[in-house]
Amino acid sequence: MIRTLGSILRRLALAAGLVLAVLALNFTLIHAAPGDAAEVIAGEMGGADEAAMASIRKTYGLDKPLPQQFFTYIGKSLQGDLGTSYTFSRPVTELILGRLWPTVLLVLTALISAIVLGTLLGVWASRRPDSVGSGAVTIFSLIGYSMPVFWTGILLVILFGKVWPIMPIAGMRDVRLTGADAWTSALDVAHHLVLPATTLGIIYLAQYSRLARTSMLEVLGSDYIRTARAKGLSEARITFKHALRNAMMPLVTIAGLQFGNLISGAVLVETVFAWPGLGTLALDAILGRDYPTLLGVLTFSAVLVIVANLLTDLSYRWIDPRLRGR
Amino acid sequence: MTMGTVGTPAPIAPAAIEVLSPWREGWRVFRSNKAAMVGLVLLCVLVLTMLFAPSLYAVDAMDIVAAPFTPPFVNPEVWLGTDYLGRDVLAGILVGGRATLLVGLAAAGVAVSIGVTVGALAGFFGGWVDTSLSRLIELFQVLPALLFAMVLVTLFQPSLSVVVFAIGLVAWTGTARLARAEFLRLRGMEFASAARAMGAGPLRLMLREILPNALPPLIVSASLIVGAAILFEAGLSFLGLSDPNVMSWGMMIGNNRRNVLDCWWAVTFPGAAIFLTVLSVSLLGDGLNDALNPRLHLR
Repeated sequence: MIRTLGSILRRLALAAGLVLAVLALNFTLIHAAPGDAAEVIAGEMGGADEAAMASIRKTYGLDKPLPQQFFTYIGKSLQGDLGTSYTFSRPVTELILGRLWPTVLLVLTALISAIVLGTLLGVWASRRPDSVGSGAVTIFSLIGYSMPVFWTGILLVILFGKVWPIMPIAGMRDVRLTGADAWTSALDVAHHLVLPATTLGIIYLAQYSRLARTSMLEVLGSDYIRTARAKGLSEARITFKHALRNAMMPLVTIAGLQFGNLISGAVLVETVFAWPGLGTLALDAILGRDYPTLLGVLTFSAVLVIVANLLTDLSYRWIDPRLRGR
Repeated sequence: MTMGTVGTPAPIAPAAIEVLSPWREGWRVFRSNKAAMVGLVLLCVLVLTMLFAPSLYAVDAMDIVAAPFTPPFVNPEVWLGTDYLGRDVLAGILVGGRATLLVGLAAAGVAVSIGVTVGALAGFFGGWVDTSLSRLIELFQVLPALLFAMVLVTLFQPSLSVVVFAIGLVAWTGTARLARAEFLRLRGMEFASAARAMGAGPLRLMLREILPNALPPLIVSASLIVGAAILFEAGLSFLGLSDPNVMSWGMMIGNNRRNVLDCWWAVTFPGAAIFLTVLSVSLLGDGLNDALNPRLHLR
């Protein structure tokens, strides 16, 4: 127990170190970009406003020596102060927190459905590895991986916008439903979520079904499964109770590793479906030359990935008791 | 570089079986893999089309040649229709593939070079070098790749070379982890000790002894990165973050994004081109994986 606690504390310390490293990288980027750091922070506001530049230099301490600037930047960021957005005239942290949950909702819906469906598909395909259905899973996974996610999204927009208009193709809420009760608006958000989450989920469904198939095939060939069969256990019990638990390990690892890719995909999907999340915020920030917001989104999504990795690590221990002491 | 250097252990095989070099053996396995051959042929056709078609089909992709929103298969002058400005979609597809493929390949080259260098140093030297480089890999792994590339391109202005380096800089961690593991495994093997005993220095050991033996998995990983880099390039240009003067498939889709309901063809065809290119590269990578990973032959 104490060893478990110690190793969890070690993980937490490493994660904290990573957050610091991300901040340091941000600082480096601001100073490595062409032009004065004050200009980078202010964005290209026309450059005429000397007073604004002077005030930026003062608030960010850009007249101080570089090492001091570095520690000020890290200190402020750790207190949750990521600067002010000049395009939106609001603190960056506040802006981001307002856009955080739509992205988290989108990403988690896509990921969880992909894992559940992908595992089921993979398990189904692994039971008869040489059948047509099993081959179809492999082909589907290759196709799903090769489709550019924004293209998949646009095809769905065309399909449901023109041919079969039963799904909303843009935004997260219907403006006509403002002021409706909680249940109606939750349903409304879920309705808007279907297409973006499907688009994002397809890539991961493709990968998980393939991975689950390979992983299950490997596990089903091992001795303890033969023992379970010899004991006369039912096929369902062997598959889900004995084999799946071990076959899940690589799936969990990949889920943790891919959280960053998932956020990258979300940026494109949000753009296609005008989903009001971090991705569209980043793109608005780019169009408005609003660098503090852009870098803030980068920092926040890196923190999301770090947290996801920590959770993966913990669930690893839960799935595989052998790892608990380590 | 010839194979069968000092590093390759003597194959243990019954005399009756013909012994092929690992590369010839790999080609034999690859050739018998239908999907991989389809990928190879498809990729060759795509590359040849992009090389020669612009000289056969002399329409400038940036020029306005017909009425906007001309649907496909109607006007033989603009066979795949025109986009919202009246530009020829077919011309765009033929020219746009050049940027997509070129940037994808160059960026994959950058990513593989960084990845192999970092991974090789970490795996070979171990100790504090390994620890610090592994932390570096972790740092780049937690940054969402596309978002990071977007930041880099925005801060340093979008030009083709910036896009190449931005993609290269966000796509190398997988190769680095693989190269690290391979170098770590191979540096302890007998052939490496033998070379060290014969007085080989670290550079010679890494480049002439270990690298050739680590190549097969690295080649597979490189082929996967080419596919990913093409998708990155397409994504960035879709978002409008590539060189605005160079036509590319992603840019065509991005340009017509707000009019998709009025000209499905102007986004569907370029997207299909990206899809086919990435698919051919993935099929190829899959085939390489089966051909070059001898452990999988046992299945």
